[in-house]
Amino acid sequence: MADQGARPGAARSGRTLVAGMVGGVVLLAAGCGAAGGADGDGGRTLDVLAAASLGTVIEEVAADFEAEHPGVRVRLSLAGSPDLVAQVVQGAPADVLATADEATMARVTSDPTLETSAPEAFATNTPALVVTPGARVASLADAARPGTRLVVCAPAVPCGDAALRLADAAGVTLHPVSEELQVTDVLAKVASGEADAGVVYATDAAAALARDPGAVRVVDVPEAAGVVNRYPVTVLEGSPESDLAHAFVDALTGPVGRATLTEAGFGAP
Amino acid sequence: MRRSPVTTPVGDVVPGWVAAVAVAGAAAVVVPVLVLALQADWPDLPALVTGAAALDALGLSLWTAVASTLVCVVLGVPLALVLARTSFPGHAAVRAVVLLPLVLPPVVSGLALLATFGRRGPVGGPLDDLGLGVAFTTTAVVIAHTYVSLPFLVLSVEGALRVAGARGELAAATLGASANRTFWVVTLPAVAPALAGGALLAFARSLGEFGATLTFAGSLQGVTRTLPVEIYLLRETDPDAAVALSMLLVVAALVVVTAVHSTGGTRGLRAALGRPPRA
Repeated sequence: MADQGARPGAARSGRTLVAGMVGGVVLLAAGCGAAGGADGDGGRTLDVLAAASLGTVIEEVAADFEAEHPGVRVRLSLAGSPDLVAQVVQGAPADVLATADEATMARVTSDPTLETSAPEAFATNTPALVVTPGARVASLADAARPGTRLVVCAPAVPCGDAALRLADAAGVTLHPVSEELQVTDVLAKVASGEADAGVVYATDAAAALARDPGAVRVVDVPEAAGVVNRYPVTVLEGSPESDLAHAFVDALTGPVGRATLTEAGFGAP
Repeated sequence: MRRSPVTTPVGDVVPGWVAAVAVAGAAAVVVPVLVLALQADWPDLPALVTGAAALDALGLSLWTAVASTLVCVVLGVPLALVLARTSFPGHAAVRAVVLLPLVLPPVVSGLALLATFGRRGPVGGPLDDLGLGVAFTTTAVVIAHTYVSLPFLVLSVEGALRVAGARGELAAATLGASANRTFWVVTLPAVAPALAGGALLAFARSLGEFGATLTFAGSLQGVTRTLPVEIYLLRETDPDAAVALSMLLVVAALVVVTAVHSTGGTRGLRAALGRPPRA
């Protein structure tokens, strides 16, 4: 099939090729431009970027907000906080930004090209030790012992930093067999029994238990109460929808948001 | 010297619009890599790629890729030979299943390996009881690499075997050579270029493996954190280093692709398209 012979034909190749190349590049550029997307139905769209750990909470608050504001669509983007911050700094459409820690948020609020409202802490999260059912781990010291298959997040990831601070507070040295890149990877390895123990957030543990009460066992670590992650939220003031954005933040920090957050295992700021 | 393929000016056989789309297609592949290369901090590249964590990741990636390529050769050549030379019930099904890792999302491959070799798996459980558990070990990395790379080797060798035909082997048998001697003296030399090409592709696939490794083996510096995993981790804290290490993988990939072409590793494939290779 590769041996098809050359057939004589019209020699108008050069011009067609150039025209085609230009056309192709224009098409390509048009395709890229359209990817940003604007809704044409005349309704208002609020872009809310939130840390992945806020998932169910922010979905509930958004649904509630849409019900109370007819014609408003909340477009949620859930990802790791550093990814969200990178997107905002590079100009992704964003009206509200909620991150899982204050250090990450500072990268947006300190950016001279972005105008933001003062970040407001609206929730807290603490680390939690989860163990696979049947594992003989009754304390953080047990989990830290060499021989126990402990899985944590890598130190560069917020949940890994929290695990290190927890170990510091408890005066133990961790010997993890793996440093995962996401907190969900830690939880999955404990829930599957691959690892004996893992350090996740209290909210991850609560969510896992809500899905399946037998998935993991939560071991109480008294020092965890002192290792607090604060979740800040801010409004990107440059946005044409900043009024709506402030209303969304009010909903998140108000009674409805508070109740949803508490249910998901978040603490009060 | 190999015969050069038949070519025609654009417009004779290939319509102009096809050529235009082809240019867009080539740009879609090349432009992102070029843009990434432009972002790389080339003067500081040596410093960025020689950090302890980066070197650990590079070393681990290289030797696990070599190890998994060897396992692929050992497992893949017999598999390719059986698929190319024999017929048995379910032949087509086996052939299809062997190629599955090629199209499976790596995270699915990782889950499948976890289910099998994990502590609660039918293979991993007994191994774990014997103290030979693979969870969170470098062995798990090699297993993950082998799983995703094996189809490249099998495809290359099987294609070459089918194209070469069994005449040489039948002649050897007629002359009284044992099946074993025929395998070593006739079959293997005949597919050596395809074997080399397939091994290089398997090596490259191993070097780039990310999803299955992360899902199955975990991530610990010097033990299971390979170069792609290190890049993914660095992208948050040190984007410059992440780009620098990415360039390392881009260069490695280019070297492998060039080598595959120049060693005639694609001869089996070209031959399959109608032009038998010269012996």
